[in-house]
Amino acid sequence: MVWAESVPRVWRERAKKYRLLGGKCPACGSVVYPHRQVCPYCGSEGLQLVELPRKGRVISYTVIRHPPSDFVGKEPYVVAIVELEGGARVLAQLTDVKPEEVREGMEVEAVFRRYREQSPDGIIEYGIKFRPAH
Amino acid sequence: MKRVFIVGAGATKVGEHWDRSLRDLAVEALLAAVRDAGIDKRDVQALYVGNMMSGELQGQEHLGALVATWAGMAGVAAFKVEAACASGGAALHQAYLAVASGLYDCVAVVGVEKMTDALPHDVTSALLTAEDQEYVVFTGATFVGLNALVYRMYMSRYGVKQEDVARFAVHCHKMAVNNPYAQFRREVTLEEVMSSPPIADPIRLLECAPVGDGAAALVLCNEDFLKRSPRDVLVEVAGSAVATDILSVHERRDPLAMAGFRKAAEAAMKRAGIEAKDVDVLEVHDAFTVLGVLTLEALGYAPPGKGWQLVAEGQLEPGGEIPTNTMGGLKARGHPVGGTGVYQVFDIVRQLRGEAGANQVEGAEIGLAQNLGGVAGTVAVHVLRRVR
Repeated sequence: MVWAESVPRVWRERAKKYRLLGGKCPACGSVVYPHRQVCPYCGSEGLQLVELPRKGRVISYTVIRHPPSDFVGKEPYVVAIVELEGGARVLAQLTDVKPEEVREGMEVEAVFRRYREQSPDGIIEYGIKFRPAH
Repeated sequence: MKRVFIVGAGATKVGEHWDRSLRDLAVEALLAAVRDAGIDKRDVQALYVGNMMSGELQGQEHLGALVATWAGMAGVAAFKVEAACASGGAALHQAYLAVASGLYDCVAVVGVEKMTDALPHDVTSALLTAEDQEYVVFTGATFVGLNALVYRMYMSRYGVKQEDVARFAVHCHKMAVNNPYAQFRREVTLEEVMSSPPIADPIRLLECAPVGDGAAALVLCNEDFLKRSPRDVLVEVAGSAVATDILSVHERRDPLAMAGFRKAAEAAMKRAGIEAKDVDVLEVHDAFTVLGVLTLEALGYAPPGKGWQLVAEGQLEPGGEIPTNTMGGLKARGHPVGGTGVYQVFDIVRQLRGEAGANQVEGAEIGLAQNLGGVAGTVAVHVLRRVR
């Protein structure tokens, strides 16, 4: 169960979630995911919309064995911090890999995957996961 | 600014209170604090309720009026303060500001959480309302998982073994044995911690604060109002500060930096005119063992990567270099989320008044409590000083 089931909430984020749309700060040069108005590091406004590289490496990871209610039945699954080429960091699931095969520093690439269902009759949420790079 | 004193402190035992509701717990703690202050509850001019999840777990908001009504205090200025697991510390900060500003002479704060009304997966989901729903909760990460990301980085960077970090839980359980308010009054061994099931690798079950119910309350007042209380040993809120960090750890330039730890502690200590070395009793927010160790390092009690040594040497026990979580901390006293920040100060008040029993830190004069929300996205720090 998702606490706040909502179609528009998923719809409005779709471009950022499906295409890894980030922001580049005109002042400090930081690249962040997802795109937003204000740079979290220096406070500058007007971040440029950029499509982020789809390759990166695992900075840290965990294996979720006790999931929240909307992921029950999918455990165990791996959630990782992925640093993309260019420096933006994304929190995402890893896929097409066994939990015991994941390593820090592992090279990964973005793929489009299903994340969760808001309820049995609700909208299905999709987004980017990462798999070992080929 | 007026000086602010704690004249009353009360709490319920932390535990699985199947027979008691959120309002029952809050009222019990609040009335205990008022009785402890030796004042009339009608003298309390404002009430701050620290709570995180009543909306999700009880479908109940508007806690200010609810608790005031059931405590027989309707009419008082009252509202809920929410800052995830730092709700209690944030509510205390509001109470402090209210008296320091001179607007009120006497106020109360109660931190409360009732977690056992809901199923475990739903509690996990409710806790996640503290994180970014669109880009973090969406991934299926849990709070244990987010802390596990930090834990793995910490071990890799400093070459620290999990056994060393996990020792923090053993310490907390040992301390809780002598705390009648604690959820778990029994010791655990390092072997038990390390062989408990993994929840989110590398974090194991016995490295996590438990789910529990409880409420703690404090009565705060200014110098003039003190004359109405019969207490002779007083505790002053010498410093109170709240700081935030970038919400999600993966977005922080260094996920191990924990900038909020230092920022809030430095602000509170500056206000109190003390340094970290002056602290006699420390309460840290050990929701997971690694957070306890990271805090010891951030406050300068140990160099980075070496916090575990203080635990291993027994320096966190009464009589040690820096007595820490002497009533069991989040791990063993318990972590009724919105209550925790107030429980920490309740525990320090007992130490400063010399009421800590077998775990008394002799001559304790200065205490510091650190309360975290999320993965330290919010940090509330209070410095308490005994005043004769």
